[in-house]
Amino acid sequence: MSEVETFRAPIIARASDRSPSSQILKSNWEGAGGVAGWLSSVDHKEIGKRYLVTAFLFLIIGGLEAAVMRAQLAQPNEHLLTPEQYNQLFTMHGVTMIFLYALPVLSGFSNYLWPLLLGSRDMAFPRLNALSYWVFLFAGIFLYVSFPLGKAPDDGWFNYVPYASRAYNPGPNIDVYALGMVLLGISTTVGSINFIVTLLRMRAPGMSINRVPILIWGTLTASVGNLFAVPAVSLAFFMLWMDRQFGTHFFDVSAGGQPLLWQHLFWMFGHPWVYAIVLPAMGIVSDGLPTFCRRPLVGYTPVALATVATMALGFGVWVHHMFATGLPVIAMSYFSAASMIIVIPSSVAVFSWVATIWTGRPVFTSAFLFFVGFVILFVIGGVSGFMTAAVPVDLQLTHTYFVVAHLHYVIIGINVFPVVGGIFYWFPKITGRLMNEALGKWSFWVMFIGFNVGFFPMHILGIAGMPRRIYTYPEYLGWGPLNLIVTLGSYLFAIGVLLFFLNVFVSLKRGKRAGDNPWDAASLEWSTSSPPPVYNFAVIPTVASRYPLWEGRLNQSDDDRSSMQEGFLLDKGRETMGTTSLDAEPDVILKMPPDAYSPLVLALALAVLFIGALLHSWWLLGASLVVILLASTSWLWPQRSLSQIET
Amino acid sequence: MVELGVSRTVLPVGSKAHHASGWWGMLTVIATEATLFAYLLFSYFYIASHAIGAWPPYGMPKLSLAIPCTMLLVAGSFTMWWGERGIDRDNPVRLMIGLVVSAVLGLVFIALEGLEWAGEPFHLTSDAYSSLYFTVTGFHLVHVAVGLLLLMVLFVWTALGYFDAQRHSAVSIGVLYWHFITIVWLAVFFTFYIAPRLG
Amino acid sequence: MSYWHTYGPAGDPITKLGWGLGIVSIVVTVVIAVMLLGGLFRRRTKRAPDDAQLAVSREGGGMGWIYVGVGVSTVILIICMGWTLVTSASVSHPPSTPALTVQVTASQWWWSLRYTSDDMSRTFITANEIHIPVGQPVRFELASVDVIHSFWVPQLGGKMDVIPGQTNVTWLQADKPGVYRGQCAVFCGAEHALMALEVIADTPRDFRAWQDDQLRETPISSSATVRAGQKVFQAHCAACHTIRGSDAAGIVGPDLTHLMSRRTLAAGLFPNTQGNLAGWIAAPQGLKPGAQMPDHLVSGTDLTAVLGYLNTLQ
Repeated sequence: MSEVETFRAPIIARASDRSPSSQILKSNWEGAGGVAGWLSSVDHKEIGKRYLVTAFLFLIIGGLEAAVMRAQLAQPNEHLLTPEQYNQLFTMHGVTMIFLYALPVLSGFSNYLWPLLLGSRDMAFPRLNALSYWVFLFAGIFLYVSFPLGKAPDDGWFNYVPYASRAYNPGPNIDVYALGMVLLGISTTVGSINFIVTLLRMRAPGMSINRVPILIWGTLTASVGNLFAVPAVSLAFFMLWMDRQFGTHFFDVSAGGQPLLWQHLFWMFGHPWVYAIVLPAMGIVSDGLPTFCRRPLVGYTPVALATVATMALGFGVWVHHMFATGLPVIAMSYFSAASMIIVIPSSVAVFSWVATIWTGRPVFTSAFLFFVGFVILFVIGGVSGFMTAAVPVDLQLTHTYFVVAHLHYVIIGINVFPVVGGIFYWFPKITGRLMNEALGKWSFWVMFIGFNVGFFPMHILGIAGMPRRIYTYPEYLGWGPLNLIVTLGSYLFAIGVLLFFLNVFVSLKRGKRAGDNPWDAASLEWSTSSPPPVYNFAVIPTVASRYPLWEGRLNQSDDDRSSMQEGFLLDKGRETMGTTSLDAEPDVILKMPPDAYSPLVLALALAVLFIGALLHSWWLLGASLVVILLASTSWLWPQRSLSQIET
Repeated sequence: MVELGVSRTVLPVGSKAHHASGWWGMLTVIATEATLFAYLLFSYFYIASHAIGAWPPYGMPKLSLAIPCTMLLVAGSFTMWWGERGIDRDNPVRLMIGLVVSAVLGLVFIALEGLEWAGEPFHLTSDAYSSLYFTVTGFHLVHVAVGLLLLMVLFVWTALGYFDAQRHSAVSIGVLYWHFITIVWLAVFFTFYIAPRLG
Repeated sequence: MSYWHTYGPAGDPITKLGWGLGIVSIVVTVVIAVMLLGGLFRRRTKRAPDDAQLAVSREGGGMGWIYVGVGVSTVILIICMGWTLVTSASVSHPPSTPALTVQVTASQWWWSLRYTSDDMSRTFITANEIHIPVGQPVRFELASVDVIHSFWVPQLGGKMDVIPGQTNVTWLQADKPGVYRGQCAVFCGAEHALMALEVIADTPRDFRAWQDDQLRETPISSSATVRAGQKVFQAHCAACHTIRGSDAAGIVGPDLTHLMSRRTLAAGLFPNTQGNLAGWIAAPQGLKPGAQMPDHLVSGTDLTAVLGYLNTLQ
């Protein structure tokens, strides 16, 4: 066989999806069909879609849990659920929505869109991408294993010790939660690594760091945040598991441990995590909204910097979840001020969106409605957060329904609304078909009205003194009528979500054909076919501005144009362009791996490892460790085909 | 398709040293792992600062094994650096010697740590201090063990003739991790053995 | 439980700040909503010749919105921050040194109260119903015997968590006589929802009288039926409950020495009536599943006897 090439002057060509050269690309990139192809695929688009579908399934499960809880709370002194059932439901509702829906759904968007937005043919580590998905799926199932036994986690998603310690919570529930979170942390971490390296290495030539879409900034910031935050929670849960199963004393007061250590570690993770589940969603809006305002985003640079600044501040505010734990006033004042300063980057984003709408020419599509609805919910969730950041006020508000209202405005308002809007926006790219606009507008209004009717009164309930996480309440406190409104409003919201899902199913089959760029949008993903070919781009695009598809219309000099039809061909196997980190100069021709089973095998072995740990089955644990070592070694074995070795 | 010509710049193909995505990936792995140890040490300091009574509860930790341990790992980093320089100069044998010597130093480190563990007057479950001590050093030991496996695999690959001066990004990546293990140990060593002596 | 209005210096500055920040929040939301609506529906002077035309012909523009918006937000922010810090300092310590200290011990799912005094003979224990004198700050020392709870009487002030292994200190003051309901605020297990308490602010004279009452030990009754009831109590209940002046000295459950002086039963679960008390003794697990108090399966006659005895604990 010939020498593996070490250097090449790549061919520059003019080509499109219909060129004969694309047949070669197609055969290079297409995986095997059938079940085998499905299980071994490493295509970022495939993985992105799986993330989206799985996350939406968890959204439905978490929603059903909430629906049962709201039935219990609709009237005072209800007896639909036992306290133990209620406590498991509210815990699993939180765990599901926060960990199994909110971030994974954004990972779905980002996995699908990143290479398309960046002008690349895949993520930096396609196999790691597959691993990240499989581990997420298995961790999600793992977290639910004890649910059918009536022994689901029952200490809330933040799982405070000592109630989570063995003395007060002996069953397998907390162990399932602890190990499941460590397993899920692996998925989050490898996913984050993939995004970071993709950003640093995989942008189209010319896409310097100040030209990437805001969604990229959002996911990048979230990923860096996760890289530094997830170890805190994985460690906390590991130590808890050790305390429970092996008699260590990290959180045990009787032997020098500290219950508050749990809260510190949990919130050092928890607060950055909150930003990780909203910043990419804000990015969706910052990229989608301008398309429908027919103008570029106002203030790209401040918005990008605000995204990063929010996360940076987010690492210094964790104590605002602990204002009532008896900390020194001076420490609390610092954390209070730091938390309030987050108003500044948030207001940058808000005024950027408002200015974009004001100075633009709005086109009232369903996606646009969701983005605009998001802006107002963002403001409400933001100001209520601002109120809870003030220490003395928080001493009243914390642990009440006011906080429940706040966090739902944040998670539904700032995550679900942009996500649904994002689906309307990118559905034609993903499927080649448009979603139904009339039904879309109905679903928006039902969701928007239902959400506000359902969740706004929770603020008032909180100020009326209703603590969170109570399964019942007496009639004489007067919380009944508002709770009934909350229940009805949230059911209306659920109907709106159902309308949205209905729209997805109908449009998959019957939606109007979309064409490459149905919204006349500006970013690279709209320059390729809908749905995109397996290799994404017939040639690697070259980028000369932030809005490559609007260049003729935004007065720029003619000699500096992006080029989507002419560029590097890179057709000798699965290849894409690696570029330098800041300026995106061509740096290396990257050889991408073929489809592989190793991610699935490794993920299965990891899941079995955690099952072994849960059951104290040490032989199972040992056997899976061996499989993990073998699978990783075979994964990393230097390949001639990837130009990792030369002979 | 119309071929318009070839690029004027000649580009490297595939995984080459710092051009390899894996090298960047390892940097991020190290970032997240370093954070993990930072949280472990935070837990130590948090519990120490709230301790009632003497800290450390069993008197000053002995240095008689910890200092040799530290020297072993630092030496292992140097031998690995020396070995990597070998493959830079197309000398796989020198790399193999570096890998073997570093691995042996790592093995002795594990043995000495085991000796220290066996000699402690407390167990994992004695109290918060003992739980921290065994968990933190245990986490580090696991990292050393993983590092040893990496060195072994690299040795096999080198013996198979996979690497030359041009192409050995796997070696650079593995060596980076090995240095990281040494640096983490320095932080653990400082926290458990030096910090109590400063207070 | 509603703290729209509060009744003492530990709560009032917070309430003012809360209203202030709340109004700022509403104004901010309304202003931005109006700007949004304006942006959406304002009459645009030029109709674009065709849809392909963008609304602008160059990338920049609109930055004034961000400068002004962020500038105004920052000014509001700094004012609110200053107000917050001042409020924070003012509620962290009582205006005068409290004369009275109550040690509150939380457990799943009730509150034990120990009224301390320099004079040991004036120290006593009660449960779930805190009496305080009007117009004076009272110091609370909070401890937990099991998991984390939170001590919260919203109409008098903010919460303070009750954490095993540490004693948190807070203070409350009621400026108006009355009953102020409190409730555990941190999730603490199955019956977190049913862990309430009451603070009763008495005039200083009434408070003194109440204190004297609580200090009394129960006299031995001369009535045979009461004595029979006491025997049943001793057999079934004394392992957990204390009645000072009798042999009952358990510490797992609430001190019942002056049970009949209390307004509610089972940590604020229901009013202290004969029917409720009988129901509670007969089947606590039906009313508060998971509570430490077991169903004793006492017979009808035993139940009547115990009730007769408990009724003497005025």
